[in-house]
Amino acid sequence: MSRLGHLGGDLYRGDVSYNFVGNRKRWYMISGIILLVAVGSLVFRSLTLGIEFSGGSVISVPTKTGTVAEATQVALDNGSKEPIVTEVKTASQRLLRVETETLPDNGDQKLADALIAKFSAVSNDVTTQVVGPSWGGEITKKAVTGLIVFLILILAFLSLYFDRWMAVAGIVALAHDLVITVGVYSLVGFTVTPATVIGVLTILGYSLYDTVVVFDKIRENTRGLTSGARMTYSSAANLALNQTLVRSINTSIIALLPVAAILFVGPLLGAETLKDLSLALFIGIAAGTYSSIFIATPVLAQLQERRLPMKALAKRVTAREAAGKVSVPATRASVARGAAVAVADGDAAHHDDATQLPLSPKGPAARPSARPAGPGSKRSAQKRKRR
Amino acid sequence: MAAPAAPRSGRSLTVLALVIIALYSWMFISGNTTPKLGLDLRGGTSLTLTPYIPPGEQGEVTDEAVDQAVKIMRDRIDGLGVAEASVSKQGSGSSATIVAQAPGTNDRDLRNQLGQTAKLTFRPVLVVAGPAPITASPSPSPSASGSTKPSTSASPKASGTTPSPLSTLSPSPSTSGNGRPAAGLPLATTSASPTPTPTPTATPAPSPSPSTSASADPTASITAADEAAFKKLDCSKPIPVKQRPADVSTKLLITCGDKQDAKYILAPVAVAGTNVSGAAANLSGGQTQVGSSWVVDLTFDGTGAQQFAKTTQELISKASPQNQFAIVLDGAVVSAPVVQGVIANGQAQISGNFTQQSSTDLANVLKYGSLPLAFELSDSQTISPTLGADQLRAGLIAGLLGLALVVVYSLLYYRGLGLVTVASLLVAGLLTFGMLVLLGKSIGYTLTLAGIAGAIVSIGITADSFIVFFERIRDEMRDGRTLRVAVETGWKRARRTILAADAVSMIAALALYFLSVGAVRGFAFTLGLTTVIDVVVVFFFTKPLMSILSRTKFFSSGSKWSGVDPSRLSRRPVLPVPVPVPKSTGLVTAKEI
Repeated sequence: MSRLGHLGGDLYRGDVSYNFVGNRKRWYMISGIILLVAVGSLVFRSLTLGIEFSGGSVISVPTKTGTVAEATQVALDNGSKEPIVTEVKTASQRLLRVETETLPDNGDQKLADALIAKFSAVSNDVTTQVVGPSWGGEITKKAVTGLIVFLILILAFLSLYFDRWMAVAGIVALAHDLVITVGVYSLVGFTVTPATVIGVLTILGYSLYDTVVVFDKIRENTRGLTSGARMTYSSAANLALNQTLVRSINTSIIALLPVAAILFVGPLLGAETLKDLSLALFIGIAAGTYSSIFIATPVLAQLQERRLPMKALAKRVTAREAAGKVSVPATRASVARGAAVAVADGDAAHHDDATQLPLSPKGPAARPSARPAGPGSKRSAQKRKRR
Repeated sequence: MAAPAAPRSGRSLTVLALVIIALYSWMFISGNTTPKLGLDLRGGTSLTLTPYIPPGEQGEVTDEAVDQAVKIMRDRIDGLGVAEASVSKQGSGSSATIVAQAPGTNDRDLRNQLGQTAKLTFRPVLVVAGPAPITASPSPSPSASGSTKPSTSASPKASGTTPSPLSTLSPSPSTSGNGRPAAGLPLATTSASPTPTPTPTATPAPSPSPSTSASADPTASITAADEAAFKKLDCSKPIPVKQRPADVSTKLLITCGDKQDAKYILAPVAVAGTNVSGAAANLSGGQTQVGSSWVVDLTFDGTGAQQFAKTTQELISKASPQNQFAIVLDGAVVSAPVVQGVIANGQAQISGNFTQQSSTDLANVLKYGSLPLAFELSDSQTISPTLGADQLRAGLIAGLLGLALVVVYSLLYYRGLGLVTVASLLVAGLLTFGMLVLLGKSIGYTLTLAGIAGAIVSIGITADSFIVFFERIRDEMRDGRTLRVAVETGWKRARRTILAADAVSMIAALALYFLSVGAVRGFAFTLGLTTVIDVVVVFFFTKPLMSILSRTKFFSSGSKWSGVDPSRLSRRPVLPVPVPVPKSTGLVTAKEI
C-alpha cells in the first residue's frame, strides 16, 4: 500500500516510467488476440439468451422437499417439451425454478397450478415470469437505439470538450470493452438477461469516465507542445498516463469493490438480477481500466502523430535529442547507459519521459506537471542505469 | 489565494447541512421515511403490454390511442378493486408500451383483463330493467316491482351521463323527452313472456317503415334461460371485464350498463365498432349560442353506414325501449340512445344531457374503443412477497458490504484523506436516500432491485471523484506546494475533470432512461440521480471540508496518518525501486525499454 504511494510520486516526476505508448504494438497484439477470441466465440457459440429475449416462462415454487426430477415431470406433463429445472436458495426459502418455452393458451398458468398442487405451495409464494415471443426483439431494439444515441452524444461531447482525435480514441476503447465483455459472456456461456444489458450499458459510462480522466491530463500536458521541441506528443501522452496511473488503479479498485460485493453476495442470497448485473460490470470495468491505459492513449498518440504539426515536432525533438546526446555525456556519469538508451530507441516517439527530462531546463514553477530538474537528476540517472 | 476560502467553505458546509436537515425534517414530519419499493422488492404483479395493429387491420399505434388504452385499462383495474394498482405508458409513438402494476400476487385477473382488446359494438336494445336482480317469479309481482324500478333507473339515466336520444343531424329539443321512458316498457315485455309473445307494441306502430321483415318480433329469440339469467343479473356493482358476458356478435347479450344504472338484453351486433371511422364532441348550434348543448358526432365507414342505415330504419318504428341502440364497450353498455330518424349517410349525432366532459368521454370510447389496437403480453412478472423481501435484503447487504470495502480501502490508502472520503460518501448516502424518499412521494418513483444496483455501483463512481481530487492535491504537493495552496490549485484542475467525467455518466443515464424500458429505466434513474448528488457533494462538501482541514495542524504538518505526509509523497531517501504493482497484470516495467 505504502509502496504504491511512493510509486505515485516517482511516476509523477518521471523517475519511474512505464512505456505504455511506445509499446503500443504489444498492447494492440494482446487486445487483438482477446478480441479475436471474443468475436470468434460470438460467431461460433453465440450467446445464451434468457427467456426475456427468447420468450417463455419461468415459475419458481417454494418447496422444502420437492426434487428437480418431480418438477421436471410436472412440466413435461403440462406440455413443456424442454423444461429446465434448477434449485435456487434464497435467504429464507428454497425454490425450484422451472423454465419452459412459450406454452400456448395460458399453459403457464396451468403449469403453475399443477406445480402448486404438486408441492402444496401457497399460490402467493409463487413467483412467475412470462415473456412474449417478440418482446426480446423489442428490448434489443431499444437497447441498440440507446447505444447508438449514446455513442453519437458522447462523440459530440468529447469532440467539444476535447477534440475529435480524443473522441475517436475514446470510442475505439469503448468498442474494445464492449466486444470483450460480450465475448466473455459468449465464451463462458453466461445467460444474457436484461440485467446483463444494463450492466453492459453502464460499462459505456464507466469506461469513458476512466478515459476522460486520463485524457484530461494528456490535454494539460500537451498544451503548447508544438511551440517547443521538448517532447513529442507520444512522450507527453505517456507522461500523462504515468502520472495518472495510481489514480487509475485506485479508481478501478474502488469501483470494482462494490461490484465485487454484489457479485459475491447476490447469488448467495438468491438475487439473480444483482448477479447478472454485477458480472457484466466486473468484466467491463476491468476491461475499461485496461483499455483507457493500453488502448485509448496509444491510439490517440498514433492519431496525433500522423498530423503534420506533430510530425514536425517529432523531427525537432529528434534533432534536439541528437544534439543533446553530444553534450550529455560530458555532464553525466552514466554516459554509456544514456547513449545506449538513445541508440536502442531511436524513434523519438518511443522515448519515455525519463530519458528526455534531463534535457529540459524548465524549473518547477514554469510547469507544474513537469519534473523538477535540479535535485532529482542524480537519482533519475541512477534509475536509468537500471534499465 | 486561500485566505477568502475559509468563510466560503464554512458557508457551503452550512448550506448543505441545512438542506439535509430540511430534507430529513420533511421526511419525519410527513411520515415518509422509506423509499417507495418496487414490486420486485415487496411482491406483486407487473405486466408489460405492447400495442400492435393486427394483421389485415388498418391504422397505426399513436400516442392518443395508447393513452386511451391506458384509460380503458385503468377502468378495468379499478373494477377489480385492487388497491394501489397503476397503469402507465412508457415511451412514446409507435414504440410505446403500457406497464400495469399491482401489489399482491393473486392477480391473474390482471393479466387476463388487460391483455384484451377493447371491443366496441352497436346492438339494438330488446329489454331494459333497473340494475338490481329481479327476485320474484314471473307472476304479476314482477311487473309491479318492475314498474317501480324503472322509474328509479330512469331518473339517473336522464340526468346522468348516459345520453338518451340518437338523432339525425338536426337535434330537436323534443327528442330528449322521448329518451326518458326508455325503461318503462321492457318490464312489460319481460313479465309478459315466459312464452315469446309477439309484442303488439312493435308491429302495429303507425310507422312508415317499409321494412316488413323487421317487424318480426326481435324478442322472439329470448329464451327462458336468457330470461332467468337476466333476472338474476345484479348490475348495482361494477363488474370486472373478465366476469362480464362474452360479446359474441351473432348472439344475444345480457349485460349491465357501465354506470350501474340499468341492465339490458341486447340483440346481436348490428354494426361493429371497427366500422366507426370517427367521433367528436361538439357544441350543437355553434359555440356562442346560449342554448347550445354538447353532442357527439359519429361517422361510419361505408359498410358501417349501410348497416347503420338499415338498423335505424328498423328501429325507428319500434316502441321504447326497442327503438334504442346500445353502444357496448367490453361487454358493458356505455350508452343507449333512442333512434330519432333513419340515418342513411353514415353521419349520426348523439344528443342528450351531455357535459363537455361526458361528450368527450363518449367520443373517445367511440373513437378508440373501436380502434383495432391489440395488445401483446410482452412480459408478465409475479413476484412473491417472500422473494421480494429476500431480494431487498440481498441488495442492502451487498450495498453495505460494498460500502465497507470502499471505506477500508480508502482508509488504508489515503489514511486521513480516507476519512474525508468516508464522510463524503456518508453525505452522498444521506442525500441519495432522502431524495429517493422525496421522489417516491412526489413523482411516484419506485426503487427496484436494478435501482439498488445502480446506487451500489455509484458508490465506486462517487468515490472516484474524491480520488481524482486527492491525487491532484498530492501532485500539487509533489511540485512543492503546501497543502493549503495545493488544495486550492488542485481543486481548480480536478474540478474540470470531475465535471467532464460526470457529464459522461449523465449522458449515459439520460440515454438509457429515455430510450429503454422496465428495469433499465430504474437503473438509469438512480445512476443519474447519484451522478448529480456526486457533483453536489464534491462541490459543497468535499472541497470546502478539504479547505478547512488544510488549515488544521494534523493535515498541514503532514502527519504520518494524514495521507498527505510529505515523505510519502516526495521521493524516498533510499533507492530500492518499488515493485511495480501492475507487474502482475502483465505490464512492462521501465526496465525493458
